Amino acid sequence: MTSSSTHADMAHAADSHAHHAPQSFWSKYIFSVDHKIIGLQYTLTGIFMAVVGVYMSYVFRMHLADPTAHIPFYGVLSPAAYNSLVTNHGTIMIFWVAMPILLAGLGNYCIPLMIGCDDMVFPRVNRLSFQIFFLSTVLLLVGFMAPGGAFGGAWTSYPPLSAKVEYNLTPHGNVIWLLAVALEIVAFLLGGINFVTTAMNSRAKGMKMFDMPVLVWMIVIATIIFMMSVGPLVAGAVMLLLDQTLGTHFFAAQGGDPVLWQHLFWFFGHPEVYVLLLPELGVVCEIICVFSRKPLFGYKTIVYTTFMVGILSMIVWAHHQFIAGIDPRMASIFSLTTIIISIPVAVIMFAMIATLFKGSIEFKAPMLWSIGLIVEFLLGGVTGIYLGSSALDVYFHDTYFVVAHFHYTLIPLVAFGGFAIFTYYFPKVTGKMLDERLGQIHFWGSAIAFNFIFIPLFFSGLAGEHRRIYDYSGFAELATPQMQSLRTMATHALLVMLAFQIPFVINVIKSLLKGAPAGANPWKANTLEWTADSPPPHGNWAELPEVHRGPYEYSVPGREQDYWPQNAPN
Amino acid sequence: MSAFQVPIATNRCATGIPTGRLAIWWVLASEIVIFGGLVACYLLFRFRHPEWAAEAEHTKLAAGAINTFVLLTSSLFVVLAHVAASNKDTVNARKYLIWTILGGLIFLCVKAYEYTSEISHGYTITRSVFWAFYYTATALHGLHVIGGMTIMGLLLPDVAKGKNLQRVEYIGIYWHFVDVVWLFLFPLFYIASAAS
Repeated sequence: MTSSSTHADMAHAADSHAHHAPQSFWSKYIFSVDHKIIGLQYTLTGIFMAVVGVYMSYVFRMHLADPTAHIPFYGVLSPAAYNSLVTNHGTIMIFWVAMPILLAGLGNYCIPLMIGCDDMVFPRVNRLSFQIFFLSTVLLLVGFMAPGGAFGGAWTSYPPLSAKVEYNLTPHGNVIWLLAVALEIVAFLLGGINFVTTAMNSRAKGMKMFDMPVLVWMIVIATIIFMMSVGPLVAGAVMLLLDQTLGTHFFAAQGGDPVLWQHLFWFFGHPEVYVLLLPELGVVCEIICVFSRKPLFGYKTIVYTTFMVGILSMIVWAHHQFIAGIDPRMASIFSLTTIIISIPVAVIMFAMIATLFKGSIEFKAPMLWSIGLIVEFLLGGVTGIYLGSSALDVYFHDTYFVVAHFHYTLIPLVAFGGFAIFTYYFPKVTGKMLDERLGQIHFWGSAIAFNFIFIPLFFSGLAGEHRRIYDYSGFAELATPQMQSLRTMATHALLVMLAFQIPFVINVIKSLLKGAPAGANPWKANTLEWTADSPPPHGNWAELPEVHRGPYEYSVPGREQDYWPQNAPN
Repeated sequence: MSAFQVPIATNRCATGIPTGRLAIWWVLASEIVIFGGLVACYLLFRFRHPEWAAEAEHTKLAAGAINTFVLLTSSLFVVLAHVAASNKDTVNARKYLIWTILGGLIFLCVKAYEYTSEISHGYTITRSVFWAFYYTATALHGLHVIGGMTIMGLLLPDVAKGKNLQRVEYIGIYWHFVDVVWLFLFPLFYIASAAS
């Protein structure tokens, strides 16, 4: 007799569905163990931090357009504040916007609904995960109130700048920043264990591994990549913390090695890009099938290539360090792996485009954001090939070309993908439809403005403009009117993009107040989350669904309807 | 707050592996890369600094050996606790868990003696990068020992009542991991010295 027998007893006892008693506001929304509420908590915290992060970029872009000006809603920007804003903009956008919205929020909300169960396998661990995340959020923001200000040594936190107070001049800010990031990682490790275990063990009756929507696969693989890559950074964070507080020399040139931190950071930092990419690609797969009424092209191919992406993502990290003094022979190996990883990503992209072929395409807002993601991400990916070649990167390193490149990958993923998720799942989460016309205005305005922010920065980067510079007047070749006009154009485009968020805000408020009722399945989609009520109640279904087929049976010949929900008996 | 109800999801078992056991393996997978990263960093430094062998002479080989023995023995106890729990023998399961905790406690006492003696002889964390690695790795491991002991302590009342006996197995798996980490740290910091 092993413990699995005790387990089976428990399973038997819990089979009858529990009756859910009414709950108070606090237990229902604040200390909830319901995966949907936790997902929304993550998402709303992420959206709040997105506003904070965008505000920071607004301040330093305004400053770069006119270094002497009084910035509206801020004042005059000091060099130290510029550094801390640039640093925290990066940190917030990756760790407090992209991760909570795309991985934690989406994963928490969708995994149990998509695989047809009532909650995550460890709801209380899930709640703890959000509580730690929330604590880390508060801690990061507290850094701005610390004496000496918030940490300003860039989001990559390279030592010795980050390790020695004599260099970074933020005696408390650097420690607070590091602790906040460490707590945030702990939160996502707890959440990640929940995600993977839930997807492996708690699928609905009849749902095989390859009956799961691609989105679930993508989130699970992204989580595994995260769990496998973040460990060395946790060890590195402990070492950096000891360097900062006790004066050890792990990353000091005397006895230690500053480049070691770069290896630990990017061993996590590059896979992290794919952690953010994969859930987005999953969402795009779902949306493209629904809005072109076609089965996903190459479901299994996509899943297998995603595994390939995961494995390759672990061996590309040193392309961030081509000028850090690494061995040129090693640099050429990392160039090679970096260029190879574009192959599986391209396979996934082609599979998406092939899905569209001969479909009945409907350009509703979620579809627009998804297609927009593919198009814009392509530009980000293609410019990555330049940076992946070690010879070219010697010139491009730390210029605005790099800045433009990774914003061309991350803004399509986080903003376009985030809005795709938002517009696609808004009816499910709130039970109300969004206004389609305002959605279209929001998309086109934002997408066009986005290109005008970063295309000029590609050119200024090509001209040699270094990033993280407070004032270019000391650099004769960069302080020219031509260079300044590129900077100003980017700032103007940012203001236009911000203005185009107004229709979005109006749309959300209007739809919440008097949007058309959505019903359970407004998009006529197959996956299980659309068979639950909108919004789904605690426990999701009165009776948990049973699955009879894969998730992408659209336009099946001989059927009256062009969709075939996974749980429909025939 | 209304009482927490275990969702149906927790007791589903599509892989055939109980959810708790599956999760503890994922916990270990993410822990392995944390210690793996630290040990890999240490090794890279160690190959470049042959003079660290002389530093390693000042760690206490005998105390480390005793601790290895203590920790391995405590792992035996946790296996006995698991066997007892599988047989629903709550009395013995509880007894062996307590013995495991005691093993952890002896380990920590020996460790505390080592730290005290090393620090009082001037081998502090800032003395050199070797000692920084030594203290970081052993302290991180020590925190895991404390964590394991705490969880076992929290399990005791439930085990006595025969509730959630499968958790004895899960904490056992974790305890073995803590043990295995030590089996890496012991040779790296104690045995590989100029004296041997």
